[in-house]
Amino acid sequence: MEPLSTWEIIGRVLYQFSSVWVALILLFALSVAFKRRLGLYGKLFDSPIGMIGFGLVMFWVFTGIFGALDLIVTHDPLTQVSGMKNKVPGTPMRGAEEGEYAWYLLGGDNLARDVFSRMVSGAWIVVQIAPLATLFAFMVGITLGLPAGYYGGRLDTFLSFLANLILAFPVILLFYLLVTPEIVATGVPNYMAAVLFVFPIVFIGVLLNSRYYTRPNFRTPLLIGVLGVAIWLYLALISTSGYVVNNGDVAIPGLPSVLDPFDIPGGILVVFVSVVFVNSPTVFRIVRGLALDIKTRDYVAAAQTRGEGPWYIMLWEILPNARGPLIVDFCLRIGYTTILLGTLGFFGLGLPPESPDWGSTINEGRKLLSIYLHPALPPALALLSLVLGLNLLADGLREESLKD
Amino acid sequence: MGLFILRRFGVMLLTALCLTFVVFFLTNLYPNLEKLAKTQGNQRMSDEQVANWLENRGYSQPLLVKYGQWLGVAPGFTNTLSDGQVVGNCVRPGVAPEDTATFCGVLQGEWGQSTVFKDDVGAIVSKRLGNTGYLMFWVLVLMIPSALIVGVLAGMKEGSFLDRSLSTFSIITTATPEYVSGVIFIAIFTSSTVGLKWFKGTATSAMDNPTFENFFLPVLTISLYGMGYIARMTRASMTEVMTAQYIRTARLKGVSFPNIVMKHALRNALIAPFTVIMLQFPWLLNGVVIVETLFNYKGFGWALVQAAGNNDIQLLLAISVVSVFVVLFTQLISDIGYVYLNPRIRIS
Repeated sequence: MEPLSTWEIIGRVLYQFSSVWVALILLFALSVAFKRRLGLYGKLFDSPIGMIGFGLVMFWVFTGIFGALDLIVTHDPLTQVSGMKNKVPGTPMRGAEEGEYAWYLLGGDNLARDVFSRMVSGAWIVVQIAPLATLFAFMVGITLGLPAGYYGGRLDTFLSFLANLILAFPVILLFYLLVTPEIVATGVPNYMAAVLFVFPIVFIGVLLNSRYYTRPNFRTPLLIGVLGVAIWLYLALISTSGYVVNNGDVAIPGLPSVLDPFDIPGGILVVFVSVVFVNSPTVFRIVRGLALDIKTRDYVAAAQTRGEGPWYIMLWEILPNARGPLIVDFCLRIGYTTILLGTLGFFGLGLPPESPDWGSTINEGRKLLSIYLHPALPPALALLSLVLGLNLLADGLREESLKD
Repeated sequence: MGLFILRRFGVMLLTALCLTFVVFFLTNLYPNLEKLAKTQGNQRMSDEQVANWLENRGYSQPLLVKYGQWLGVAPGFTNTLSDGQVVGNCVRPGVAPEDTATFCGVLQGEWGQSTVFKDDVGAIVSKRLGNTGYLMFWVLVLMIPSALIVGVLAGMKEGSFLDRSLSTFSIITTATPEYVSGVIFIAIFTSSTVGLKWFKGTATSAMDNPTFENFFLPVLTISLYGMGYIARMTRASMTEVMTAQYIRTARLKGVSFPNIVMKHALRNALIAPFTVIMLQFPWLLNGVVIVETLFNYKGFGWALVQAAGNNDIQLLLAISVVSVFVVLFTQLISDIGYVYLNPRIRIS
């Protein structure tokens, strides 16, 4: 078979993404049609910058999801095919079997794996980890930042000192200290996970309790239901095959395997925990600053006069009024988390070396960069466009939320 | 003001103590020590031999004792091995056992011995810092003026075409981490497939003989990522100043536009970016690690990667002390400078 020409490659790549295009067009058509009823999200479609950013972000989100559903990838991202080592984009596969895709659209890497499929699978890793890790960091930051800003005093001094302590660490040194196989063996990341993942439960519990504690016969069943599910998820998250930590010396039993619906592979858990750990002090500082500012407003004084409890004021008066800057920062922070994940991959930390995440792929590709460009450039451009999309989205949101 | 600086120094010392203790704790966890023993001694040591090796070299003492020895408040560990070799944290090659100092920690100015480079940690760190300092100097020379120019030009007329294009440019640079931009630059400017062989893909030769050809790409890569952020801050502060009353007054009086920008707006617009530039240093430190690895430039960041990869405890501790002080010092300078530049704020 003939190698594909440049135009054929572009055409075929675009065709591979057809499910993403359909989903994007549907999403945009629906959103534009109903934008007046969709609040801040709808207003996004008034700003061209926000629309471009949202489009880029959703492109990678759909790519991740459909890639995981096997709609886009042409080959298995981990399989090595003989004779395809470092082949240029558009090289036909030698002896492609029936039903197999006959070309390496973006070429092969130095282990003869398909660059295109690896890039698409890398999107799924980012889409899974980055938003969730950012969300957890926000839960930690909000749960600690609100009381620090609202109460002030010793609590504030102590928590701010802790936050500055973590921020004074160079991120890469912290990663090197936390994300090594030796540290994983000691179970330190598991302990950190056990501590950090408590915060979302505390957050949800306090949030609901402060709102409904005046109506005990509604609150009690609600709390039992919600916290029951949350604690079950928490235990399932931190325990692997029946243990929280099990390294020979220490064995802390966790949720029995029968009740444990999913196991997080050790590598992913460490990466997740360290990314949450690095991000939460910054969120803490932002939330603390916002709380300091908002607690002087009249509506807070009104709530205090009404006799509302401090947690009600923090979570139902201050937090909703701080949502604008927090949503904008959330978008920026997902981008930053993506960059951090790439950094981890770039230094070969955490995820297994054959994993198709973008950082690892860039790291592998850069070694032969002066001869072969194609293995390193697609993941680099993918990461660039996703982070750019998130930054543009944040910009659009900021512009639109300032208009109110 | 004096009291303020003194208090900040106190916090700084406390932070450095806490951080080094955390680093000390993490590097002294048993699996890490085991790895150290195997890389220093023999890959095929049995568990018993590892324990023995660690015991003989004082690694099995309680954590606080070891930390005290590193600080120089506890007497250093010494032991004579069965073959007559004297080991311990105060033992230096070429110094007779009876002349060995009792205390040798940070307080005595001794940073210990690096297990990877087999050399004095202080010497390694100062040499590597020199290399990185040179890199950072050129980064700042390139980054700050260009960021300020981009920001001021964009902020002069909000919403103009120039503003739109420069803002897009700065957003793109903030979205491009060093390992992406570096790879793209290497691909475009050094690869034989593209053919634009303008620069060199490694900066190894730049340590002895820096030239434009081998040194520009690393400098550009670090500067670009930080530049966008500073430029955006400058733009925001410039647009704010340009809508101020005194600018309108100057305009109504008929002062020319270049004159307004240069003489009336610029000085007030540059207060905010100053703080941002100072707070950018910790980020630059990260960029330095990535770029030095990417371009194989043996500086501070490269030493960090080597030390962390091989669990070189003493070197890692010295590196964290240096980086903590860089971070906290720049914070202090930014606070003081902010007060100095802005007479409306005074610390009481």
